[in-house]
Amino acid sequence: MNAAGFPILSLITFLPLAGAAIMLLVRGDEATVAANARWSALWTSLIVLALSLILWWDFDPAQPGFQFVETVDWLPSLGVKYRMGVDGISILFVLLSTFLTPICILASWESVKTHVREYMLTFLVMETMMVGMFAATDFIIFYIFYEGVLIPMYLIIGVWGGPRRVYAAFKFFLFTLTGSVLMMLALLAMWYTAGTTDITELLHASFPAHMQYWLFLAFLASFAVKVPMWPVHTWLPDAHVEAPTAGSVILAGVLLKMGAYGFLRFSVPMLPQASAYFAPLIYALSVVAVIYTSLVALAQTDMKKLIAYSSVAHMGLVTIGIFSFNIEGITGALVQMLSHGVVSAALFLVVGVVYDRIHSREIARYGGLADRMPRYALVFMIFMLASSGLPGTSGFVGELLVAVGALRVNFWLALLSSTGMILGIAYMLYLYRRVIFGRLTKLDLRNIADLSPREVFVFAPLVVLTLWMGVYPSSFTRFFDASAGLLVESHRAALIAPEVRSRTASGVKLPAAARLAAIAKDESVHE
Amino acid sequence: MIYAVAVFAPLVGSVISGLFGRAIGDRAAELTSILCMVLAAVCGAVAFADLVWGGATPGVVPIASWFDVGGFRAPWALRYDTLAAVMVAMVTLVSTLIHIYSVGYMAHDEYPTYRFFSYLSLFSFAMLMLVTADNLAQLFFGWEGVGLASYLLIGYWYDRPSACAAAIKAFVVNRIADLFFVIGIALTFFRFGSIELSTIFAAVPSHMSDSYVLFGHNYRSLEVIGVLLFIGAMGKSAQIGLHTWLPDAMEGPTPVSALIHAATMVTAGVFLMARMSPVMEAAPIAKEIVVVVGASTALFAATVGCTQNDIKRVIAYSTCSQLGYMFIAAGVGAYQVAIFHLITHAFFKALLFLGSGSVIHAMSGEQDMRKMGGLWRKIPYTYAVMWVGSLALAGLPIFAGYYSKDAILEAAFSAGSAAARYGFVCGVAAAFLTAFYSWRLLFMTFHGESRAEAHVLAHVHESPPVMTVPLGVLSLGAIFSGMGFRDLFIGSGWPHFWRGSIVNAAGNNVLEAMEKVPATIGTLPVVMGLLGIVLAYAMYIAMPLLPNILARTFRPVYLFLLNKWYFDELYDAIFVRPGFALARMLWQVADATIIDGVPNGVASLATESSAQAVKLQTGSIAVYAFTMLIGLVALLSIFLLLR
Repeated sequence: MNAAGFPILSLITFLPLAGAAIMLLVRGDEATVAANARWSALWTSLIVLALSLILWWDFDPAQPGFQFVETVDWLPSLGVKYRMGVDGISILFVLLSTFLTPICILASWESVKTHVREYMLTFLVMETMMVGMFAATDFIIFYIFYEGVLIPMYLIIGVWGGPRRVYAAFKFFLFTLTGSVLMMLALLAMWYTAGTTDITELLHASFPAHMQYWLFLAFLASFAVKVPMWPVHTWLPDAHVEAPTAGSVILAGVLLKMGAYGFLRFSVPMLPQASAYFAPLIYALSVVAVIYTSLVALAQTDMKKLIAYSSVAHMGLVTIGIFSFNIEGITGALVQMLSHGVVSAALFLVVGVVYDRIHSREIARYGGLADRMPRYALVFMIFMLASSGLPGTSGFVGELLVAVGALRVNFWLALLSSTGMILGIAYMLYLYRRVIFGRLTKLDLRNIADLSPREVFVFAPLVVLTLWMGVYPSSFTRFFDASAGLLVESHRAALIAPEVRSRTASGVKLPAAARLAAIAKDESVHE
Repeated sequence: MIYAVAVFAPLVGSVISGLFGRAIGDRAAELTSILCMVLAAVCGAVAFADLVWGGATPGVVPIASWFDVGGFRAPWALRYDTLAAVMVAMVTLVSTLIHIYSVGYMAHDEYPTYRFFSYLSLFSFAMLMLVTADNLAQLFFGWEGVGLASYLLIGYWYDRPSACAAAIKAFVVNRIADLFFVIGIALTFFRFGSIELSTIFAAVPSHMSDSYVLFGHNYRSLEVIGVLLFIGAMGKSAQIGLHTWLPDAMEGPTPVSALIHAATMVTAGVFLMARMSPVMEAAPIAKEIVVVVGASTALFAATVGCTQNDIKRVIAYSTCSQLGYMFIAAGVGAYQVAIFHLITHAFFKALLFLGSGSVIHAMSGEQDMRKMGGLWRKIPYTYAVMWVGSLALAGLPIFAGYYSKDAILEAAFSAGSAAARYGFVCGVAAAFLTAFYSWRLLFMTFHGESRAEAHVLAHVHESPPVMTVPLGVLSLGAIFSGMGFRDLFIGSGWPHFWRGSIVNAAGNNVLEAMEKVPATIGTLPVVMGLLGIVLAYAMYIAMPLLPNILARTFRPVYLFLLNKWYFDELYDAIFVRPGFALARMLWQVADATIIDGVPNGVASLATESSAQAVKLQTGSIAVYAFTMLIGLVALLSIFLLLR
């Protein structure tokens, strides 16, 4: 049935729920329940991580298709099946999710003091949703998980968040839900046309061009919010600022990848004509995102907001890479997603460290921490540099590959999208200078403690991973090669075939879409 | 292998002293990093000697895989050829000397020094990765690595706001240039299908006529690549327009200035030109741009150097100017001459910086030459080495600079193109100014009446041996490296020495032609240098009032030079301040008001309309009944009408 010999993906997906169930059974006073919840959450997530490493070992990177496939009848009358499987594109995101969850739980060990059990429970539920989303190969299942993620995240922001948590939680929920509704319509339309909900089959289904355009726009509405792309990014800074540290970690680390993953899984392979048609629009939005949000990041006075805006800029690079439709660009986008998943998650943890001590995210509140916190300064430095794409860190690999991929499309696309290199280092160094360097003058910073052993334990794997991906990225890119290659190949093949067809019988034109693309082209010229 | 040890030993030293420095203490950290550097220097020298005299064959030392995506391949590997070996030998030697010197220089620092040594070693490692790179990605790794180390060391005294600002400026300005470098790498891959040097070089002939559309015009791809790489080089080598970070970088401790901002890192751009010589040779327009920019920088920086009062800034502008010379040489196709000057310059400029560091050390941290004077009796050794350095810099016979600078001007003279002539004229004028500001520095610092405060003056002392010995070694280099290496580098046996690691195109006979320039041209730089010294003597010894009179008479010119041609003010006005203003505007207006205005507006619309809707719920049964009735009538009529 699959390489592991047992339904490993389902196990990884649903084991966290089992952990959550155990937590519910615990009785006792509040302290006991809290301690118990922490430990059982940690152990559950560690076991899940260990299980997911089996995927790492047993996955065959040479095969472009889905592996560890599971199929169970679910709604036989409708032909919907419970299908799971991972290919080279999704496997590392499953691992990213299982890797970040224990880190989040450790990071919340002391900082979360109220409703600890519910908090840990929510995180485990979220892990189930995330893993399920990346492992689902039936889009009904996918959609359930995709939407399901919203609920625990909404709760984490709304219950354990900062002072404006309710506003942020609603904004987060409404933005992402609005897009999702449109995606559901698109999914239903695809189901109706192709007669199946199996993603593996849909990859080979070809939809008429005029239909593709509408489907693409519907998907775009959902994925663009999740990425987030400019100009639907404004929910992100608010959500990050109000979310507790671990919430930000998951939000930046995994949830932001869902949109880009959606593009890779649905838009590009299933709607090749529309993807090619709307690519200039994506380029324009992404380039604007890179420049615009990097500039905005420069002006921030709140550390978390700064990192949130930098996330938007980094994800702009991801969308450019995906829509460059070549192996360098797509691999670059995948590496950039992974790298961002680790690095921005780490940066939020970095902010969390001082937030736990001083309870402020104001940059001006700090200064001169290098004197008291040398270890912290080093960790901060590593992630700051990784975020700005210094060679030798994970950030560079993605950035260079995307630049190479973008240049295959257009010189200006490559040049403009790489301006993030300049602005990225500028806002990061400026942040670092204001927090870490300078003279330590504020009284309550005099006795601030350096990283505790627990915190070192949290950061160590992230540092290792960041450098590993930077120095020896082949360990990761080898997973992508076959699947990304297949994606590029089938995209190219799909574009060539209908071009011949449409020359003989003129395809249906979409005035609205045509206008949009024209505007996009226009914009990219003006920049 | 020895070569790999030379490259990786500094990394080991850096990691040990950096991570465990606090645990093992400063002394142990210093010792560890110095031992690693010495090991690297020995290995570097052996590797160099092996290649030049020992009969070792050039090759590539593979380390590991790095990039391997689709066709995009870039392994970690060390390129072992003459160009790389020369650089490795120079970098490890100078770096070792500066490590040793730093023990004395940093002894009185308020911070623990393990951090300093860790950064220095990290820098050396990155620089070695840069010069031994076998592909453009690894070259860029070293390129950014030295940039990082430079940032860390400029901002070493992180409690000084000026140091932090200078560090950020250095990194950001370099990144602007690096953007073009990255695009250059991408374009190289796009055209050649590889970023590995040997593959690119082998493929150049078959891509001679490739074109690339830019600004709606067709350009030759090789020209575009050449220009992009050169813009990258301009940032690192502080060429005019992107030079503004270098003078500010003097905020770092002086050994840093000597190692990074004189001997090694700033020459990376010149190295890049030499390394990419097969590509540059196929890009004549790019080469002309190189000459013009280099020549302009040589002259521009020399004019500014004449008016600065900070001893380190004078030398910084001098570095900038000398880098311009190297680019003149590279641009006219005499890459060998550029590397020759790079090596001699490394010795005498490091010497000058360390000498000035010795002065600053003696003056308890004072850097303003207006507060010095008459020091030569108190620190005669430093005085002597500064003379050696200045003689070498001014290019007076038998000293190192004489051979290399002369060769550059001869090459520019014999190249023949208009750009080369411009390079020659600028170079000769800059030679005059170079001698002038060098002796201005010597006279203001060491001669005349002392202008220092009494307590500083009482404290003036010669530096300890740990500092003076490296100065001695560098002095030897500043005297003999020109004489000693001339024949190897640019003498008639150069093809045998370089063994194809630098390529001159078929029609490029600059190295032969420069042997035949008229004797008057050969002696011109020396004459200009002597004239500069005479003028400096006249202005600062014979008639000490003259500079003030001149400054007052030609006040606009003086201010223009003193303020470094107002580059910083210009950039501040057109980039930095508008940039921040735009950033705030985008954030507070575009993001918060316009984009968020839509969802917030929708939300308040919903709230308001629900408030209106609430008003309809009056609670009166009669109103409800009436509404229902109307609704029923409306429905029925629609049903009947549409039936």
